[in-house]
Amino acid sequence: MNERLLNTLGLVLVAVVGIAFMILTPRVAELDAVLELTVYMVMAILALSLALIWGYGGILCFGQSAFFGLGAYTYAIAMFNIGESTIPLLLAIILPAAFAALLGYFMFYGRISDVYLGVITLTVTLILFNAVNSTAGPEFHIGTARLGGFNGIPGIPPLNWPGNKTAAIDLEGMFYLATGSLLVTYFGLRLLLASRFGRIIVGIRENERRAELLGYDPRAYKLATFTIGGALAGFAGCLFANWGNFVSPTIFGLSQSAQIIIWVLVGGRGTLIGPVVGCIGIQWLSTALGANQPSGGADWWAKIFANAPLILGLILIAFVLLVPKGLVPTLGDWGQSLFRFRGRQTAKRLEPEAAE
Amino acid sequence: MMAPLLQTRDLSMHFGGVRAVRDVDFTLDEGELRCLIGPNGAGKSTFFKMLTGQLEPTHGQVLFRGRDISSAHAHEIARLGIGIKTQVPNVFDGLSVRENIWLAASRLHRGEKARAVVEEMLQRIGLTAAADRLVGQLAHGQRQWVELGLVLSTDPELILLDEPAAGMTHEEVLKTAELVREINRSKALIVVEHDMQFIRMIAKKVTVFNQGSVLVEDEVENIMRNPIVRDIYLGKQAAA
Repeated sequence: MNERLLNTLGLVLVAVVGIAFMILTPRVAELDAVLELTVYMVMAILALSLALIWGYGGILCFGQSAFFGLGAYTYAIAMFNIGESTIPLLLAIILPAAFAALLGYFMFYGRISDVYLGVITLTVTLILFNAVNSTAGPEFHIGTARLGGFNGIPGIPPLNWPGNKTAAIDLEGMFYLATGSLLVTYFGLRLLLASRFGRIIVGIRENERRAELLGYDPRAYKLATFTIGGALAGFAGCLFANWGNFVSPTIFGLSQSAQIIIWVLVGGRGTLIGPVVGCIGIQWLSTALGANQPSGGADWWAKIFANAPLILGLILIAFVLLVPKGLVPTLGDWGQSLFRFRGRQTAKRLEPEAAE
Repeated sequence: MMAPLLQTRDLSMHFGGVRAVRDVDFTLDEGELRCLIGPNGAGKSTFFKMLTGQLEPTHGQVLFRGRDISSAHAHEIARLGIGIKTQVPNVFDGLSVRENIWLAASRLHRGEKARAVVEEMLQRIGLTAAADRLVGQLAHGQRQWVELGLVLSTDPELILLDEPAAGMTHEEVLKTAELVREINRSKALIVVEHDMQFIRMIAKKVTVFNQGSVLVEDEVENIMRNPIVRDIYLGKQAAA
C-alpha cells in the first residue's frame, strides 16, 4: 500500500514539476537559454528510449544513435521532398522503427548473445556513419534532397501545424513541443511498464529461461521492446533535426552513441526519471565546461577543466566504481533505508517483545 | 486405446563424444506419477531438458499426446502443458514473490482473475505473509516453493520436478510429499529424486537411469530389492 502511495506521489510530482517547467521557462528565461533547454528535452527523449530497452528490456544497445540519426535524416530528406511536415514526422518514426525491427529480428531470432548484441548495434551505427559521411558529391541525392556527406544537410525546414504548411513552429513553439513530447513519452512509458507487456519484459530481463519455461517467447517480447525503442529514438532524431535545422553524420558517431549510454548509466538503469536526470545533468555540464574555453596562455588547469570529454570520462569511471546503480536508484535506496530505520523503531516500540 | 500422455522413442543426446542419454524409450500414462532415480550423471536432468525443449535431441522423438515435440521451442512446449521445476531454483530473484506468481498466472489469466489466482496460489504454497519480499532474499526452501507455485500457476498437464526435496528440512520434505500427492490427483508428474524415503512416500512405479539409459523400471518395492540397483545406486547411497 505504502509503495503504491509513494508511486502515485512520484507521478504527481513529475507531472507538476514538468508542466510548471514547460509553462514558466519561456516566460522567465532568455531565448538562448530556452534554445539550450529545448535540445536537453530532445536528448532526454533519446535517453528514455535506451532506458526502456536497456534498463527494462535488458538489451544493451550500443547503437541507439543509429535510430536517432535515421530519424533525423529521414525527416530532413522527406521534408525537402514533401514540404509539409506531417508525413516526414511520421516517416521519421516509422522508418527507424522498421529498421530496428529488421535488425532486432536477426539478433533475437538468431539467438545472438548479449555481448555480440552490443558489438553488432555499435557496428551498425558506425557503418551508417561511414556510409552517410561519404555521400558528399552532388550525385548523392534522394529526390530533391542532397545528402551532403560530411557537410551534413543544412537549412532543414521546420515542423508546421499538421496540414498547414505556412504555420511553421517557432523557437518557443519548439520548446513547448519538445517538453510536451518528453512528458508524454515519460508517462506513456510508465503506462507501458505497468501493463502486462511491461511486467513480462522485466520478467524476461530477470530470468529469460524461466520466462520461456512459463510459456512466453522472449524473442518476440525483446523484438517488440527494441522496435518501440527505435521508434522513440527516431522521433527524438526528428525533433533534433528541427531544433538546429541541421543534421550531419556525427549524429551516428561513436561519441554520440557513448553519450546515450553514459546518461542512462549515470542516471540509473531500471528507472525512467534517472536517465532523464542523467541526460540533462551531463549535457548541462558539457556545455558549462565547453563555455570556459581558455583563450590561450599556459593555464593547464583551466585547459583540463575545459576538456569536456576528459571530465565526462572521469565521471563515468567514478559512477561505475562508486555508484554502480546510478544516481536515482542510489538516492532511492538511501531514502528507503532511512524510512525502514524509522519504521523498525516504531515497530519495536509497539511490540517490545517481538523476536527478530 | 488412447495414446499415452508422454512417450519417447530412441531419445538420445550426445555432447561431442559423450553420450549423456542414449536410446531411451519411456512411456508415461495420463495421470501417472513416476519417479526417476539414478546416480549423478545418469542423464536424468538432460532427459528433462529434452522433454521441455531446452535441448534438442541428437536423435529420437518426444511425443506429447501423440504429437512430436522433439524440436519445438521451450515456450511452445510450456504452452502445450508441460511445466518444470528445475534442480536449482529457477525463479525471478529480483522480483517479489507476488510478482513472480503473477508472471506465471498471467499467461492464462487477465486482470482481476489473474490477481485472484495469484492470491490463491500464495495461500497454497504458504507464502502469503512473504508475498512482497524479493524472492532472492528468501531461504532456499522457500524459493523452491516459489518455483513450484510458478509451475502450478500455469496449470500444466504434466509436471516435471527435478529434486523437489533437495535441501529441505524433514518437515518440508513431508509437506512436499503431501503436495505432490495432492497435485497427482489431477495431473501427471515425473519426479527426479535421490531421497528414497521421499520416493516411497509418493511413488508406485520407478524408472532407474544409469549411464544414459534405462536400467530397469518397476514398482518401488521391487526396485528397493533389486540387487543390480542396490549395487550401482542404493548401495552407494547407503555407504555415503
